[in-house]
Amino acid sequence: MFDVVVIGGGNAALCAALMARETGASVLLLEAAPRAWRGGNSQHTRNLRCMHDAPQDVLVEAYPEEEYWQDLLRVTGGLTDEALARLVIQASSHCRDWMRRHGVHFQPSLSGALHTARTNAFFMGGGKALVNAYYRSAERLGVQIRYDAAVDALELEDGRFVAVRLGEERIPARACVLAAGGFESNREWLREAWGQNDNGEWPADNFLIRGTRFNQGTLLKFMIDAGADTVGEPSQSHCVAIDARAPLYDGGICTRVDCVSLGIVLNRHAERFYDEGEDFWPKRYAIWGRLVARQPGQIGYSIIDAKAIGRFMPPVFPGVKADTLPELARRLGLDEAAFVRTVADYNAACRVGRFNHTVLDDCHTTGLTPAKTHWARPLDTPPFYGYALRPGITFTYLGLKVDAHAAVHFGGRPSPNLFVAGEMMAGNVLGQGYLAGIGMSIGTAFGRIAGTHAAQAARQGTHHEAA
Amino acid sequence: MKQLDVLIREAGRFDLATPASTTLTDNEAEVGRVMQICNACRYCEGFCAVFPAMTHRIEFEKADIHYLANLCHNCGACLHACQYAPPHEFAVNVPQAMAKVRGQTYSDYAWPPALGALYRRSGLTVALALAGGLALFLMLLLGTRAELLGQPLGGDFYAFFPHNTLALLFGAVFGFAVLALGVGVSRFWRSITPGEATGPAVAEATHDVLRLKYLDGGHGEGCNNADDAFTLWRRRFHHFTFYGFLACFAATAVATLYHYLLGMPAPYALTSLPVLLGSIGGVGLLIGPAGLLWLNLRRHPAQGDAAQKPMDRGFIALLLLTSATGLAVLAGRNSGAMGVLLAAHLGVVMALFATLPYGKFAHGIYRSAALLKWAIEKRQPNRLSLGSD
Ligand SMILES: Cc1cc2nc3c(=O)[nH]c(=O)nc-3n(C[C@H](O)[C@H](O)[C@H](O)COP(=O)(O)OP(=O)(O)OC[C@H]3O[C@@H](n4cnc5c(N)ncnc54)[C@H](O)[C@@H]3O)c2cc1C
Ligand code: SF4
Ligand code: SF4
Repeated sequence: MFDVVVIGGGNAALCAALMARETGASVLLLEAAPRAWRGGNSQHTRNLRCMHDAPQDVLVEAYPEEEYWQDLLRVTGGLTDEALARLVIQASSHCRDWMRRHGVHFQPSLSGALHTARTNAFFMGGGKALVNAYYRSAERLGVQIRYDAAVDALELEDGRFVAVRLGEERIPARACVLAAGGFESNREWLREAWGQNDNGEWPADNFLIRGTRFNQGTLLKFMIDAGADTVGEPSQSHCVAIDARAPLYDGGICTRVDCVSLGIVLNRHAERFYDEGEDFWPKRYAIWGRLVARQPGQIGYSIIDAKAIGRFMPPVFPGVKADTLPELARRLGLDEAAFVRTVADYNAACRVGRFNHTVLDDCHTTGLTPAKTHWARPLDTPPFYGYALRPGITFTYLGLKVDAHAAVHFGGRPSPNLFVAGEMMAGNVLGQGYLAGIGMSIGTAFGRIAGTHAAQAARQGTHHEAA
Repeated sequence: MKQLDVLIREAGRFDLATPASTTLTDNEAEVGRVMQICNACRYCEGFCAVFPAMTHRIEFEKADIHYLANLCHNCGACLHACQYAPPHEFAVNVPQAMAKVRGQTYSDYAWPPALGALYRRSGLTVALALAGGLALFLMLLLGTRAELLGQPLGGDFYAFFPHNTLALLFGAVFGFAVLALGVGVSRFWRSITPGEATGPAVAEATHDVLRLKYLDGGHGEGCNNADDAFTLWRRRFHHFTFYGFLACFAATAVATLYHYLLGMPAPYALTSLPVLLGSIGGVGLLIGPAGLLWLNLRRHPAQGDAAQKPMDRGFIALLLLTSATGLAVLAGRNSGAMGVLLAAHLGVVMALFATLPYGKFAHGIYRSAALLKWAIEKRQPNRLSLGSD
């Protein structure tokens, strides 16, 4: 019998498995995906948000605990647990030495993401390189790894974990760590959670999933049904606007479209619906998914002209290109007259001052609803480009309630040997909103805590058995 | 899925300015497609020079593609780390795409152009060169001795092959190799419009070539070979090979100086400079290629271009034979087999020299040129002002 069984194969699961093994426990890791797709959403990540009081290898200046906490408080609007949040923040200041020991390499901020040079440590080669390193280390240390092992259910006894159910198989263990991600890949569940809108549409049917197809939320659902305490709302998910041509799953980072603030965004009726220049793109990036989700057909069109070319991260798919506005409308399948009218109204409303994309400049519209408050320049220089946008789900917030030991709770009581880490409990710290790199900070901190406590619980379990 | 396929292909033909990309070959278009995806992702920026060079561009035309392909050291890191590698439908495999174009550039820029085709039949080329080289020297041997095995001659090479004949033969073939490679690489150099080479740029490029900086993985633990684990052995075996080759070359050069300037003809004592250099170089040239062959055989099949394996292995085999026969001459120089051994060694070396401009050796030359361009380019400001989240 294994001491610890870890369910999941992403960052949180691997951190838990490595820690449990390092404390001497025998560990079995069950990953739903085949080897080629292992690593969940973690394989799509690029960085970790780190607290530091002084420059630290790839991190410049300082990012003290208090500032980190205030940032988190602001983005979550208070939907966070301060004690658990501070635990994550403090862990982020020293976990990287441990990560390095297991083969993770860091590099300075990527070009095009320099605003994170102070707060975020980037993984060299991205999350897949990190996941590969952890798997190598786990294999070397003797963690048993099984792929294509999607767990269906657990056997619980009065809040105590007994065994894992995997098809016909029953795998007992002394302790268990759940690290199987959210339910963002489960389109049925998303559909139900987002419900039907006033036009009778099911918005979630038009969502794309930015990450893995394996986070079906099977265990989350099982645990909720089994009476585990939860945090967060099922309807809450991190949702950004991505290229509509992205694949249904695993489009990852490269499908984002970064030219929104340089032009205008229209809906299916060729109408604008929000201030594209409200704030810097990195700060507004995460609201556009939801904005597009509220439009008819859950689709938007980002329109720019030649002036914008070379000012935003190159998109993965080429834009639809045309030499005139009517032609662009036709190519995008939008009503030509409405399109031309909207652009003409916008162009006429632009008050161009000194265009500067690196500050909140004074180029704005007057008398236009909704206004564009910065970087407003008329779309007058051909060729024109259009990018169709769809909501892309990054992750869901619904999770299991934990304490500082990462224990799963039933009716307010912690389980003695069942723990949870990563996205499955991130809602305790990040109840809503997002702070770049905090997902990996939470997964790393709680993965390690869960692994350590599971190993400890297994040892105590053994004592009980011996007694 | 079909439509997505088309879209992804189109991503590689992103023509914002010029339609020059329409003339891309399939292999070049694939590099363009992959670079378009990488440029939107950039996770691999820390591994090597290819990705930073990529970020200086938003579109990839023929010359850019040739440059980037030769800048790639085929270290494999960005394949194993790629979130879009097969089975993902984006099917990003940077090292493979780059390798295919690299092979093509060797032929495209080859001089004389008609011989460029030899790259594509590299196994045959090596075999023919080897057969020709061996036949030549065995015939010469028979011409002077009328028998292959005979009485020991105390290591006197020139009793078999007159020094001037050797100098002329090898001088001519080596001179041609230098010329052919020189013309080829300068055509490449002009096409990638390098800009002005400053002292620091040249120094940096030289350092990157001599240290094989980009086989260290960007973190010092090395590149990938059989799987996603890192290894420094490819770099080390390259060093054994390269410096072994240089030492052998130096041995020959010193011996030539001894011969003509100091009037000291071979054979030289075991402790003399030419023999010492030759022995050290020979051992290096034995360990290096043997190691590279071992790594080559264990290489992950998705890394690089399988069609070029015969070229890789042909070159490795010639290097191995060069050192093995050279050391055999040293060991057997006082025996009756010396004539045959020497003929074999000279035949192999002749084949090596003759195929230098039409085989794997070219990768070092083109790579060095690409590294120099990068050293120049990175000193110029990036004209793009891209921002993101
Ligand atoms: C495109 C993208 C980019 C992101 N970038 C960043 C970033 O740069 N920084 C950051 O901090 N966060 C980022 N995030 C968020 C980040 O991915 C998550 O916070 C983090 O990966 C969660 O880790 P995890 O281990 O909990 O989940 P995952 O990595 O998703 O792992 C879940 C694992 O559980 C397995 N699994 C699921 N169900 C079962 C089952 N029933 N049985 C067995 N196994 C199962 C899955 O196969 C998977 O291996 C990004 C997310 C996406 C989608
Ligand atoms: S190789 Fe893959 S992970 Fe690396 S930059 Fe390119 S697309 Fe991104
Ligand atoms: S294979 Fe290595 S050298 Fe080539 S592009 Fe990828 S990381 Fe760079």
